[in-house]
Amino acid sequence: MAETADNKKEEADYKRLHSFPLIRHTDMPEEMRVETMELCVTACEKFATNNESAAKMIKESMDKKFGSSWHVVIGEGFGFEVTHEVKNLLYMFFGGSLAVCVWKCS
Amino acid sequence: MHATQKTFVKSKQGSNTQSQLKASAARTSKTISKKKDDADGTEIGEGDEWMDGKTLIKPPNQLDLTEAELKEEFTRILTAKNPHAPENIVRYSFKERSYKAISSVDQLAVHLVLEGNLLHRDSDEARRQRAKQGLQDTTVIAETGDEQPQTPAAGGGDAADMEEGGGEERADSVVFKADKKEQKLTNQFNFSERASQTLNNPLRERQCQTEPPPRANFSATASQWEIYDVYVEELQKQEKNKEKAKAVPKKDQDKTKKILVETQSDDSTKMAKLAKIMERMVNQNAFDDIAQDFKYFEDASDEFRDQEGTLLPLWKFQYDKAKRLSVTALCWNQIYQDLFAVGLGSYDFTKQGHGMLVFYSLKNSTYPEYIYPTTSGVLCLDIHQQLPYLIAVGFYDGCVAVYSLREERLEPLYKSTAKSGKHTSPVWQVRWQKDDMDNNHNFISVSSDGRVVSWTLVKNELVFTDIIKLSLEGAVLEGPEGAPPPTMACGTSFDFHKQITYLFLVGTEEGKIHKCSKAYTSQFLETYDAHNMVVDAVKWNPFHPNVFISCSSDWTVKIWDHTIKTPMFIFDLNAAVGDVAWSPQSSTVFAAVTIDGKAHIFDLGINKYEAICQQSVVAKKKTKLTHVEFNPVYPIIIVGDDRGYVNSLKLSPNLRSKPKEKKGQEVPKGPELEIAKLEKLLSLVREPDNKV
Repeated sequence: MAETADNKKEEADYKRLHSFPLIRHTDMPEEMRVETMELCVTACEKFATNNESAAKMIKESMDKKFGSSWHVVIGEGFGFEVTHEVKNLLYMFFGGSLAVCVWKCS
Repeated sequence: MHATQKTFVKSKQGSNTQSQLKASAARTSKTISKKKDDADGTEIGEGDEWMDGKTLIKPPNQLDLTEAELKEEFTRILTAKNPHAPENIVRYSFKERSYKAISSVDQLAVHLVLEGNLLHRDSDEARRQRAKQGLQDTTVIAETGDEQPQTPAAGGGDAADMEEGGGEERADSVVFKADKKEQKLTNQFNFSERASQTLNNPLRERQCQTEPPPRANFSATASQWEIYDVYVEELQKQEKNKEKAKAVPKKDQDKTKKILVETQSDDSTKMAKLAKIMERMVNQNAFDDIAQDFKYFEDASDEFRDQEGTLLPLWKFQYDKAKRLSVTALCWNQIYQDLFAVGLGSYDFTKQGHGMLVFYSLKNSTYPEYIYPTTSGVLCLDIHQQLPYLIAVGFYDGCVAVYSLREERLEPLYKSTAKSGKHTSPVWQVRWQKDDMDNNHNFISVSSDGRVVSWTLVKNELVFTDIIKLSLEGAVLEGPEGAPPPTMACGTSFDFHKQITYLFLVGTEEGKIHKCSKAYTSQFLETYDAHNMVVDAVKWNPFHPNVFISCSSDWTVKIWDHTIKTPMFIFDLNAAVGDVAWSPQSSTVFAAVTIDGKAHIFDLGINKYEAICQQSVVAKKKTKLTHVEFNPVYPIIIVGDDRGYVNSLKLSPNLRSKPKEKKGQEVPKGPELEIAKLEKLLSLVREPDNKV
């Protein structure tokens, strides 16, 4: 029981500590990066239980702001190899368990 | 007309015509021609129109006939028989072999034929004509087609028909108008059609395609443990840096920024210095033997030659873009003793063009350290004694300018303009002066326009003050030699006394040398009748306060005591002397260059009559030497020629003041000794003069 309590505590700690967005890789310019990151955070928080909706929201907003065509992948575990337009890729972690990859390729 | 029978009925209407007929018949007697009849016909037609309500005007010779006479009827029968036709024509008949009278004689007599151009619309000819003018044909046919069905309908409804007809007519009239417009008849008698077609330019296709935006591949794998690891790592980093959790992403950003900055700072300015060092190293390697000679070589043969010496050629300085120009000025930098400035221009009046100011270092003989292209030829320059980056330059167009090596730009720091007292003729010499009382830098220039001008550098402009005007007649008149022509005003060289700061000498184009003082703007202290031709250079001895040297195109170099009006020494070099320079090491040594390409080194202490070294130092025979300058420290001279080359030459031990002997005697060095040495020589020359 103590272990489980510890585990729970750890888990809570982990969630609390790891809730911030962490950019893993990007080649976007400063302004664009900040904006995209905030958009991802907003979307993931808004659709905390539905990754598909979050991805849809991000994609549509990005298309509006920076022109088509954007692609968004949100998930807890996936692998990918994408071709993107230079200066238009963002790969970040969020909330301790989500990975978000946003890139543009038309 | 002949074939028909006509009866004339006398009536009121006809009376007029009748009478006229009669009158005309009476006038033209018997012949009643067809023409007359025609005229009658027309008159009848016309008479109907205008007779109503108007009184008849009768011709005065008209017969007055009574009513009975008028009503009388004359009957005249016109027959078809031609009264002139022959009645008894006989022809020979071969069939019956006899002459036979021809029964039918042609009674037709044609008096006039006029062919009209009207055609009946339905005739064959009209049809043919229509066929020829294709388009017109269709409209006409259409019209006729319209009209034909119209006529039978006319019998029916009157009013409707009328309206229709009206409408039809209007439409027709429109058609007709259109037709008329189309049928613009050309002048059929004098008409020629002309047409031409312009050349069609050939078409060319041009296409272009933009490059697609650059792309890159990216791959990664996201999994829970990976995300966890990254977060843990990040948190550890944060703890290490003891920063707030919020600052983490910012810090992350900072890192990327730094990376960007590092990559951007990869520009070539840093490389320039390294490249320069490399260039010098390469040159040092390439010209290693010359460098060794410069530093260590002493001509061993001098010991056996005793009175003479040699010049050893060292580096040769040239710059490709300055090949066509001649060296017009040389000046060593007093602080960086390996650096010297070369002024490039032309002495040829007909070949004036651009000029150039270049700086060479002994450490890099292949390429100039600094290059300043100028629009006018450079004629003289001087490097400031204390501020080695300031260079005063005089140009052929009369401008003076100050360049600064510290500035990146190629334009001068200061430049005199027409407003600010620019010379009107070439500037032959410039020389920096000591800073004035307000610590402003200033220099002096002399020009062919006869002015000696002091220029002061104030903030961002050159302020000029005329020191002396050589053209002033007052000064000339007061001169001891009477009234020389005004052309003597052209100054070509000057030098300020080393100790007495107000005293200076001016050499002129006329060959005179004037001793002047800053205190008198229009008077000469003394005038020396020095040369027969232009004085190319005049220079005070660096040690002895009384002695100066002058050289001229009249082949001579003269040494003077400024207190005596006649020269102390005269040397004839058998060619026009371009420049002369005192050695900075010895009071008795000087060098002169002549236009036949020779450099002459004199040491009065050794030989008072001849040069101790006379050596041709140019590659090609026709090259003229223009200037010579001693290095302030090293035993080398530089000579410039009229092809833009500068040669550096090392003086052999005999040409210096023999340091070896001095060592043995332990004679104290110094200016006093040098003064004494020269004084001793002068006294030798003076004494016989005094005796005479």
